[in-house]
Amino acid sequence: MSISRAATLQWIENCAEVIARNREYLIELDAAIGDADHGANMDRGFQAVLAKLPETADKDIGSILRAVGMTLVSTVGGAGGPLYGTFFLQAGGQLSGKMEMSLEDWAAALEAAVNGVMQRGKAEPGDKTMVDALLPAVSALRASIAEDRSTGQALRQSADAARLGMEATIPLIARKGRASYLGERSAGHQDPGATSSYLLLKTAADTWADA
Amino acid sequence: MKKFINNPANVVKEELEGIALAHPDVVRVHFGPNYIVRLDAPVKGKVGLVSGGGSGHEPMHGGFVGKGMLDAACPGEVFTSPTPDQMLEAARMVDGGKGVLFIVKNYTGDVMNFEMAAELAGAEGIDGKAMEVQSVLIDDDVAVENSLYTAGRRGVGSTVLAEKMCGAAAEEGRTLGEVADVCRKVNGWGRSMGMALTSCTVPHAGKPTFDLPEDEMEIGIGIHGEPGRRRMKLKPADEIVEMMMDAILKDLPFKTGEEVLLFTNSMGGTPLVELYIAYRKAHQVAEKHGLKVVRKLIGPYITSLEMAGVSITLLKLDDELKRYWDAAVFTPALRWGI
Repeated sequence: MSISRAATLQWIENCAEVIARNREYLIELDAAIGDADHGANMDRGFQAVLAKLPETADKDIGSILRAVGMTLVSTVGGAGGPLYGTFFLQAGGQLSGKMEMSLEDWAAALEAAVNGVMQRGKAEPGDKTMVDALLPAVSALRASIAEDRSTGQALRQSADAARLGMEATIPLIARKGRASYLGERSAGHQDPGATSSYLLLKTAADTWADA
Repeated sequence: MKKFINNPANVVKEELEGIALAHPDVVRVHFGPNYIVRLDAPVKGKVGLVSGGGSGHEPMHGGFVGKGMLDAACPGEVFTSPTPDQMLEAARMVDGGKGVLFIVKNYTGDVMNFEMAAELAGAEGIDGKAMEVQSVLIDDDVAVENSLYTAGRRGVGSTVLAEKMCGAAAEEGRTLGEVADVCRKVNGWGRSMGMALTSCTVPHAGKPTFDLPEDEMEIGIGIHGEPGRRRMKLKPADEIVEMMMDAILKDLPFKTGEEVLLFTNSMGGTPLVELYIAYRKAHQVAEKHGLKVVRKLIGPYITSLEMAGVSITLLKLDDELKRYWDAAVFTPALRWGI
């Protein structure tokens, strides 16, 4: 089964809705170990993306995701802007010209996206960042493909792995970003970036469940 | 928390509208993307200086745009880095043919956004001609002891001094490399430390960024309320200043007989009356250490919304830096020698 252009657009629209719904939650998480702006920044960014989507009406999946990336880069600010911007720009780069994508295409795009994020943020696994949710999601997706799971199952397992990775950030001591200044005081709190990353992947699994 | 605002979502926009109305003789404000640029930009044959950062630290950076200091400033949302499109367009606006220097405070978001802007500037350029852009990071906050497992030392008070001195160097006609060297020199010779008596409240968050009991203070606070070295019971002003000066003096071995600039800064909520009490002690400690305080700056210049607290910056000087400091400057927040 494959994921269509329309399904991709639906995912982005759903992401905007999920981020808006979790705005206060992300602000609260960020207030504990950061500067309380992640929820507001992501919400502002995805609302701008919603306004931009009509311009991509007849474009391929790669162009759609690149437009999402450029919009996030110019509207989110903070660390989230360049990181999520890079995420979508890299994913879009892998999907150039595609009007629909296979699960393998999505895995390749997600992998490129995560690599881009790691390079931009110079983050390693275990630093208590987005990477801790994203990297396990890629591995789980690859494993599901190897086991020949259905698209729905594979995406669900990928999202579950992201959730576990997100939850595993709770005891970690932050080594990147503003949270790192807390040192040991950052332990005991879930990373807001890992949380928003999980939300995007969970939304993909929910949106594309029947793909 | 009471705020003198209309709507949290419009804070930055309405502030910029105010700046545009208040200082039309010095700057022009551009909206979408947002940046503040000096009226006569681009100045031909002069290196363009661009800085930026989250809003909420006023007058930094927008208040430092004008002759003798910055050519442009890019304000982000409150405590949120501005975006690469702002920086790129601001850079294009101020490039007088000698290249553009980005002065970047070391915060994860600022660093990544300026990095993307520099990549875009190098790749696209103006009219197909790549723009020459260099970036210098300011990371002078001695409160961050463990810079290996953190995002590194933060950029604080030295930023103001670097923007002033680089501005003067650029006005003198120095090359991009030379102005960047001045920036690195100021960063290398300056050290800062801050403290907070109260938290600040980000408008859209609506509640204090951190809880600080009535009888406690946070030593080594960051300008976004990032935690410092330790939290302790409130002490008399002199003891607090001694602790801060001790950390600063230990970090860079300022030697007997050296000349320094002493900058005592309010985090926003601390009034001048208290700032002079802080200055008094900091000056005494510096002199006791054998340093000659030959230049001073006292006031709210790099703030953290309404946070009560002070920061102290000590910058070693030589003749070159003294000349750059004394040079004429005409901006909304700093003006002399004109």
